[in-house]
Amino acid sequence: MNPLNNTQTLVQIRDLCFTRGTRRIFDQVNLDIPRGNITAIMGPSGTGKTTLLRLIGGQLKPEAGTIAVDGQNVPTLSTKELYLLRKRMGMLFQSGALLTDLTVFENVAFPLREHTTLPDSLIRHLVLMKLHTVGLRGARELLTHQLSGGMARRVALARAMVLDPMMIMYDEPFTGQDPISMGVLVRLIRTINDALGLTSIIVSHDVHETSQIADFIYIISNGKVMGHGTPAELKTTASPWVKQFMNAESDGPVPFHYPASDYATDLLGERPC
Amino acid sequence: MLTQLQHLGHTILTVFERLGRASLFLMHVLAGVPGLLLRPYLVIYQIYSVGVLSLTIILVSGLFVGMVLGLQGYNTLVNFGATDMLGVVVALSLVRELGPVLTSLLYAGRAGSALTAEIGLMKTTEQLSAMEMMAVNPLGRVVAPRFVAGVLAMPVLATIFSAVGILGGHLVVVELLGIDAGSFWSQMQDKTEFMEDVFNGILKSLVFGFVVTWIAVFEGYDCVPTSEGISRATTRTVVHSSLATLALDFMLTALMFSDI
Ligand SMILES: Nc1ncnc2c1ncn2[C@@H]1O[C@H](COP(=O)(O)OP(=O)(O)OP(=O)(O)O)[C@@H](O)[C@H]1O
Ligand SMILES: [Mg+2]
Repeated sequence: MNPLNNTQTLVQIRDLCFTRGTRRIFDQVNLDIPRGNITAIMGPSGTGKTTLLRLIGGQLKPEAGTIAVDGQNVPTLSTKELYLLRKRMGMLFQSGALLTDLTVFENVAFPLREHTTLPDSLIRHLVLMKLHTVGLRGARELLTHQLSGGMARRVALARAMVLDPMMIMYDEPFTGQDPISMGVLVRLIRTINDALGLTSIIVSHDVHETSQIADFIYIISNGKVMGHGTPAELKTTASPWVKQFMNAESDGPVPFHYPASDYATDLLGERPC
Repeated sequence: MLTQLQHLGHTILTVFERLGRASLFLMHVLAGVPGLLLRPYLVIYQIYSVGVLSLTIILVSGLFVGMVLGLQGYNTLVNFGATDMLGVVVALSLVRELGPVLTSLLYAGRAGSALTAEIGLMKTTEQLSAMEMMAVNPLGRVVAPRFVAGVLAMPVLATIFSAVGILGGHLVVVELLGIDAGSFWSQMQDKTEFMEDVFNGILKSLVFGFVVTWIAVFEGYDCVPTSEGISRATTRTVVHSSLATLALDFMLTALMFSDI
């Protein structure tokens, strides 16, 4: 039996190393995403959460380590195998990334048209159902530039789930949502995860919303996993990093600044004379 | 001195690296072409946007170029009493050279730059990335239809350019300057060979279509994903494809029409 194939974990990351330029984004990271649950990846801005999703999706190749999704090591897959695997993954991009030459309806229908030979009437049903769940059935004829940021993200969400994948990765699903759509989205993510038996990965900064729906939380910072566990466990943790993050304190061991040289030397260094 | 040498070496390496990347890119795009047979509507839509929408500029330019050829040819040939040959002059210049070359230059400016900007913007806004994540190969879905459409559209556009140009020549030579229409057309038919002239001209435009569209889609796909990157890529498309057209035209002419 394949040692990577584990019935409990869908995504298993071992000793992951990844560098951008000279900056070490991941340094020997180990991470497990359990099946059938919602796992949140949290961490300060710029720590590499989006990068992690791209690594899982096979769009970036790690320097070292394994990323096993459903028993397959993503970095070593052939293009064909990778595409087969991706059909079973949905991804919600941070920017939405809707296709600008298509209407809302056609954007959601896109994966169906590309990967299935379903008749038009069935596609119409499926698309309208997904649009209805995100509350945008009435916006089907709009073009993408006629949508607000939050609406675009909800359309992208409908598109990510239209093929009924085994796993959906959400990159910041809550940004730009008003309190009402936020509540709807939180419930929606929970409902589709449980109803469809999905595995969900949520990347987010929203400690409050995320703790509400996540079953597990990973906090990453500076290329390391700083803490993980259920939201309740993390709330009562002893680790000062995790504590600072979960309670949104500005003072603590987590730096707010991108790594830089000393502030005073930097300001004084460029003096024109 | 050493730094200059280094700079030169670096430039040359970059050029070859880009050429290599462009060739690999072309191979991947061509691999996506057979899949289009099942979905011809993707190509047809692109033919509309690169071909049909370029028609106006092709028609107007063709007409004026033909008219100028008629005028200039008349001014020269009238000294030798050879105005009967005007039809030949107009037709051969257009079919052999000006049709394919000018169409290619106009196409690079009108459709090539648009292709680059469109694909570059799709890259910048992560649309290509999103397609990859939806297990759709952007080279097959986005680039291949545009490439095929460009290669198919160019010979048709060049043919239209030449045809309209000949009509423009007729307008000036026969209607304006009063040369006999019979000799204009009969000399033209007599001296223009199908294989030698017309077919070679179409072959040229096919080559130009291939190269210009290749440059345009590659520049878009390879651009730095920022607004400045897109604008640079668009400029490079126009410059590189114009130069490539002119250089290739010389080579093709040497191969096709020199009687060595
Ligand atoms: N194309 C790139 N080239 C070089 N460095 C990059 C590139 N993309 C991202 N980075 C760097 O990688 C790091 C991680 O980026 P990433 O987008 O994964 O952050 P993130 O955790 O998603 O942040 P946010 O929460 O703000 O979205 C950042 O420090 C960024 O500077
Ligand atoms: Mg991000």
